[in-house]
Amino acid sequence: MTEEVKAPKKEKIPRQPMPEQEPHVRARNFEEVPYGYTPELAMKEAERCIQCKDPRCKQGCPVEIDIPGFIKLIKEGDFEGSIRLLWEKNSLPAVCGRVCPQEVQCEGLCVIGKKEDPVAIGNLERFAADYQREHGKQILPPKADPTGKKVAVVGAGPAGLTVAGDLVLKGHDITIFEALHGPGGVLLYGIPEFRLPKAIVAQECNYLERLGVKIEVNAVIGRSETVDELLERFDAVFLGVGAGLPVFLKIPGEHYIGVYSANEYLTRSNLMKAYEFPAYDTPIVKGKNVATFGGGNVAMDGARTALRLGADHSYIIYRRSEAELPARHAEIHHAKEEGVEFLLLTNPLKFLGDDDGRLTGVECLRQELGEPDASGRRRPVPIPGSEFVVDIDTAVISIGSGSNPLLTKSTPGLSLNKWGYIVADPKTGKTMKPRVWAGGDIVTGSATVILAMGAGRLASNSIHDFLTYGW
Amino acid sequence: MFEIVERQEMAQGTIISNWIKAPKIAAKAKPGQFVILRANETGERIPLTMADTDPAKGLINIIYMVVGKSTALFKTLQVGQGYLDVIGPLGQPTHLEKVGKVICVGGGTGIAVLHPITRGLKQMGNYVYSVIGARSKDLLILEDKMKAASDEVMICTDDGTYGHKGFVTDKLKETLERDKDIKLAVCIGPVPMMKFCAKVTQEYGVHTLVSLNPIMVDGTGMCGCCRVSVGGKMQFACVDGPEFDGHQVDWDELNLRLRSYVTEEKVSFDQFKAAHAPGCSCSR
Repeated sequence: MTEEVKAPKKEKIPRQPMPEQEPHVRARNFEEVPYGYTPELAMKEAERCIQCKDPRCKQGCPVEIDIPGFIKLIKEGDFEGSIRLLWEKNSLPAVCGRVCPQEVQCEGLCVIGKKEDPVAIGNLERFAADYQREHGKQILPPKADPTGKKVAVVGAGPAGLTVAGDLVLKGHDITIFEALHGPGGVLLYGIPEFRLPKAIVAQECNYLERLGVKIEVNAVIGRSETVDELLERFDAVFLGVGAGLPVFLKIPGEHYIGVYSANEYLTRSNLMKAYEFPAYDTPIVKGKNVATFGGGNVAMDGARTALRLGADHSYIIYRRSEAELPARHAEIHHAKEEGVEFLLLTNPLKFLGDDDGRLTGVECLRQELGEPDASGRRRPVPIPGSEFVVDIDTAVISIGSGSNPLLTKSTPGLSLNKWGYIVADPKTGKTMKPRVWAGGDIVTGSATVILAMGAGRLASNSIHDFLTYGW
Repeated sequence: MFEIVERQEMAQGTIISNWIKAPKIAAKAKPGQFVILRANETGERIPLTMADTDPAKGLINIIYMVVGKSTALFKTLQVGQGYLDVIGPLGQPTHLEKVGKVICVGGGTGIAVLHPITRGLKQMGNYVYSVIGARSKDLLILEDKMKAASDEVMICTDDGTYGHKGFVTDKLKETLERDKDIKLAVCIGPVPMMKFCAKVTQEYGVHTLVSLNPIMVDGTGMCGCCRVSVGGKMQFACVDGPEFDGHQVDWDELNLRLRSYVTEEKVSFDQFKAAHAPGCSCSR
């Protein structure tokens, strides 16, 4: 083997950080934390991509974006070309650029990342989408001729929007049914404004509408219409209704005023814009001392929202240690920077309240790490006699979601697993019920936006095959 | 927009009736179910149990009392105007069956919710006693409709301006005492009324349905805001209810939770009243 002749070494460009709001400033407003790349920064970052022949980053993307391809176009300054390429695989690039866990997907596999920081793929995706929205013409990707086939998509969240975006480009007639009064699902009610501005969600949905997707809001399938009724009018039905059932701690005192499920707290703040009360009519308890229970991304969203609503102290109370926090590192980092206080290895025992039923505190027990459990994580073991009280006036319970039975209960023929999630073929999204597909959290349980989108992609391929070839 | 096609002020303008164009909801709705309404982009999602439907015309009827900002805003909506969002039908319908003799007890705007259930029970072939009450004669609604839907109607007013002077519980107790064959009580009204009705019926061992009205947000079981304790178990009124066994409900907890936002509600209502004050002395 002869040694490869090395090209003269170029000056190394470090990963370009996105400019962002100062932590102490942003912790008190709801505006987006990072400002995004300028064209100059984006082109500079794009230069760091070495255009691998067999790109590993792409393997890490659940919707198989041509990552080196769109980055190359950014590097060349062809921003319109780059968004067109992104749209071929992803109808929601402005969303994914912001909320995907790139560190465990595309960027986690980037070869540059072996020696230095990986290429900022997420930031670049976000740039391409934002640039198009802010500066570009109202361009649309090419669309196949109408097939005359009709598909109903239930739920306008990440999975449903992906299915709709994919199938409308293939010429099918798509109607999305959304239970809430606006489309977006968790992108609208769950993820806060400061991480994902709602104007961007609206624009991504508007892009689908410009492609011809019909979005019917206020349509609670299972109540206003059943899946069987949809099957009379549509050739295929996709169920992407999300998990959407709050899980409580099941400790005494959860009825006290000021105790919220994360779903409620975030829905009030995000969907109903309670942070703008009284300009918006929906109120929210603006606690001075807020505890969020749980350690995932939703918990970080809750704790950071509490700060923005004016909390003096915003705690994360988590029963395991820092190493086990399931949230993305970036979210934990942002939360810490903003002043969120972490009470780790702490287990809540009961809520305390006053005579008016208002929350005044939570009694907790300290824990220490014991032997690893079935999941391989060291199990927290209570320390006897270590009870202590944290004074709080607001609690946000963010320990996951269950399966909302509203739709599944009213749909005979679906097979459900023991947790109530829909059984669907992991490769195609096909359910046990003919002409019905499902994907996202209602199949997997609570997961991420991009995994739901990946499930949507698989289902849309399968639905297209069914509509085209009959299988 | 969901257009209001008919509007009526009742009980001296404190209670409003709207017939709203919502054909899909009208086609599906059953007695006991509710809708969520939002007046405009900045509005709250307000749950209201439907008072009636007209599937042929594609209409639903809601009857609400003006108690705060959102209902005051609803009151400003005239025929031809409408709601930005109407979502439904939500919740479990009332389980209507023939049990023999039933008693339906309604207070205030609760009578509006009670009426379609009463009518349904009568249509099933039950013998229906009804007890309806209000603070005073002028505030009593739907007397004629309740008479048409019942075999016997008793009226109570707190101040004695009409019918029996006293609470509906008096007449409820009297009737249960008089007729031991009553198998079911349906009691709908303010929380204290339902609580005390349930206490009375419990003494007589009569199964009792109540319709709860906790604070809600989405109405589809997603947020858990409307959680109530029934028989010691956490239930969501929006999907498990709104009707529950009145003997199992933790009334004090419900009452506390209904007061979650008293301060905010006052801020919001005061602001609204200030903005709508000119020319309207009643709101000062």
